[in-house]
Amino acid sequence: MSTTTEIDLANPAPAKPAQARPRRGLRGNATLNFWLFTGPFLIGLIVFVFVPMGWSIYLSFFEARFTVSPSSFIGLDNYKAILDNPDFTGSLVTFTVFAAFIVPTTWALSLGLALLVHRIRFMKAFFRSVFFLPTAVSYVAAALVWKMSMFNGVRFGLANTILSWFGVDNVAWLANPDPPWYWLVIVTLRLWLQAGFYMILFLAALQNIPAELYEAASIDGARPGWQTFRYITLPQLRATSTAVILLLLIAAYQAFDEFWNLLGKATWGQPPLVELYKTALGENQDYGQGSAGAVILTLLILIITLFQGKLMGFGRGEESK
Amino acid sequence: MSAMSNNNWSRRSLFRAAAGMAAAGTLAACGSNTGRGSGSGDTLVQYFHAYGEAGTEQAIKRYAKAYKDANVTTQWITGSNFENKLFPALLTKNAPDVFEFHPQLQLVTSGQVADLSDIINPVKDDFNPADIASHTVDGKIYGVRMIDDPQFFYYRPSLFEKAKVEVPQTLEELIEAVDKLTTDKVKGAFLGNDLTPVQSPLIWSAGADTLNAKNEIAYHTDAVADGLSQLRKLFTSGNLLLDAPADWWDPSAFTQGLTAIQWCGMWAMPVIQKALGDDVGIFPFPKVGSAGKFSVTNGGWSMFVNAKGDNVDAAKEYVKWLWIDQKKYQEDWALSYGFHIPPRTSIAQSATKLKSGLPAEGVKLFSEYGHFDNIGWTQSMITAINDVIANSVRKGGSPDAALSAADKKVNAELKKLFG
Repeated sequence: MSTTTEIDLANPAPAKPAQARPRRGLRGNATLNFWLFTGPFLIGLIVFVFVPMGWSIYLSFFEARFTVSPSSFIGLDNYKAILDNPDFTGSLVTFTVFAAFIVPTTWALSLGLALLVHRIRFMKAFFRSVFFLPTAVSYVAAALVWKMSMFNGVRFGLANTILSWFGVDNVAWLANPDPPWYWLVIVTLRLWLQAGFYMILFLAALQNIPAELYEAASIDGARPGWQTFRYITLPQLRATSTAVILLLLIAAYQAFDEFWNLLGKATWGQPPLVELYKTALGENQDYGQGSAGAVILTLLILIITLFQGKLMGFGRGEESK
Repeated sequence: MSAMSNNNWSRRSLFRAAAGMAAAGTLAACGSNTGRGSGSGDTLVQYFHAYGEAGTEQAIKRYAKAYKDANVTTQWITGSNFENKLFPALLTKNAPDVFEFHPQLQLVTSGQVADLSDIINPVKDDFNPADIASHTVDGKIYGVRMIDDPQFFYYRPSLFEKAKVEVPQTLEELIEAVDKLTTDKVKGAFLGNDLTPVQSPLIWSAGADTLNAKNEIAYHTDAVADGLSQLRKLFTSGNLLLDAPADWWDPSAFTQGLTAIQWCGMWAMPVIQKALGDDVGIFPFPKVGSAGKFSVTNGGWSMFVNAKGDNVDAAKEYVKWLWIDQKKYQEDWALSYGFHIPPRTSIAQSATKLKSGLPAEGVKLFSEYGHFDNIGWTQSMITAINDVIANSVRKGGSPDAALSAADKKVNAELKKLFG
């Protein structure tokens, strides 16, 4: 009797997960199940990702104006032309700077939000949803809201109304590139749209940090607040942080929608994808040169990602957590 | 435990949300293309950019429905970059059979538009000769003009009187007038959020042209460069309305009293007159420099047939039926929603709505100062000049340098088109 009820406080038995009851019909054929579950996704991946990627690489070696089934092979000429195009190379530089700014900012904001929501004692689900909701908004719709109601140039725009309380004149946020207020519009929009999603990732990671760690730290004399955060929370979030930064970096280089919709016929603040869109799908319809640019951009993202992975140890997440 | 269940909750509901979104996406993709006619036979798809005037979409779909020899589906393309949706679409299997656009040579040289001479030639003399000329390459006519849209300045005479300014004759006078007209509530003028709508008038008013008769660059002159510097002065004066919620093609900024002068098109005239009554006047783009001339953009839209489509003959039949034979619909299209000048002389002559008052003044500006489309002036060249406006007027770079940069792009394009 006593042997079964006695609880060994010092050596708790490891929690055993309840045995999952195998469902009828799905037992046995693991191969079939594997293909059943991954098949549709794989087909989509091949049709919508790999085939276009291959096609694009193929196009990049051809003179492909006004056609996607070209016949005249021109070797590396498209690559030379696109690298000679100052608009494209300039956009690569601009967006490396943009990424260097937006990635840490979004990372810090989403982590901050996650910490706040994690610690809140009431209406947790409400706040979590409120911060997550903007993720569901389309970039185009949000860009229009930012452009037409918040940062329009007339006196009743939200931003200009607030400025007018302090006696500041109307600002043409997007039309006038000097001073470059358009970055404020773009950065606030991006933060609003993205922070919620990454907050959810951090929140999940925070909930996975064992409470015992904090208890142990507190017994060892760690002060709650900065010290605990710095030496317990942050290292525990390392894997998530790495993933988040990686995703943010790729997203920054892939920026398109809000820039396209906010800046219109400008020559500044043009992300690489907008330049490629103009080359390939604009009035020139030079799919060869556009594809060459896409290949260059992909290589660039690949190199930066690998470098970042090396720096932060992506894939070594489990042991370095 | 609570953390555990929370995890489950978020994972499951995230999955559910994702599945829901995917389902919604699929449903949206299945969304119906309304506007399908009830006729029989071939199926045709036509592309139109979204006209702002109320009733236009219904009108286009009504005409299509009345056509009995084919099912005509209308794609009403919203957004401000119609060409960016049209051009790529023309390369795909889902390309429209019939589409509206402006006459541009690259569409002809790349074989994307069909020769419509056989359907237009019988009624050629009933069209405005300039509209035929702008669609003709080597004696073949490639598009049917539907409407001519002159673009000019609208102004409020009452505000002019209050500020004691006259209708400006030169760009300098315009800049002065705009300064006097600007108050803390009303800006002096609105030339579009990016100023590109006035890029061609600026060139014409400076006594230059986009291309000369030999299809060489004609816009790169000192007068044009000076005009750009003056426009820069206007841009930085703080007197221009910028970043307006509705752009230049929509008269809202003008009718809502945000600006005293606005560059807009004839199409907006009914709405403007309804909102402001008699307190509206119009004037052409003023003279730039000593050799300057007044100018007006004679824009407009034309119907083209996709030469690479599956139903070229059926598409031509439809274009002939609607835009050659059905004068009633053509008149309805030109005059019942916004005001447009009918390119058909017979319709223009009977258009009583354009015979008096402000519309008649618009027609006068159109005939006296209007510049029609030049088929050799293509989208890449227009974009090159957009960049000139962005770099020299909005960003403050040297106009001459900006024009030289454009020369490079335009010459490359000219070489491709004319060899």
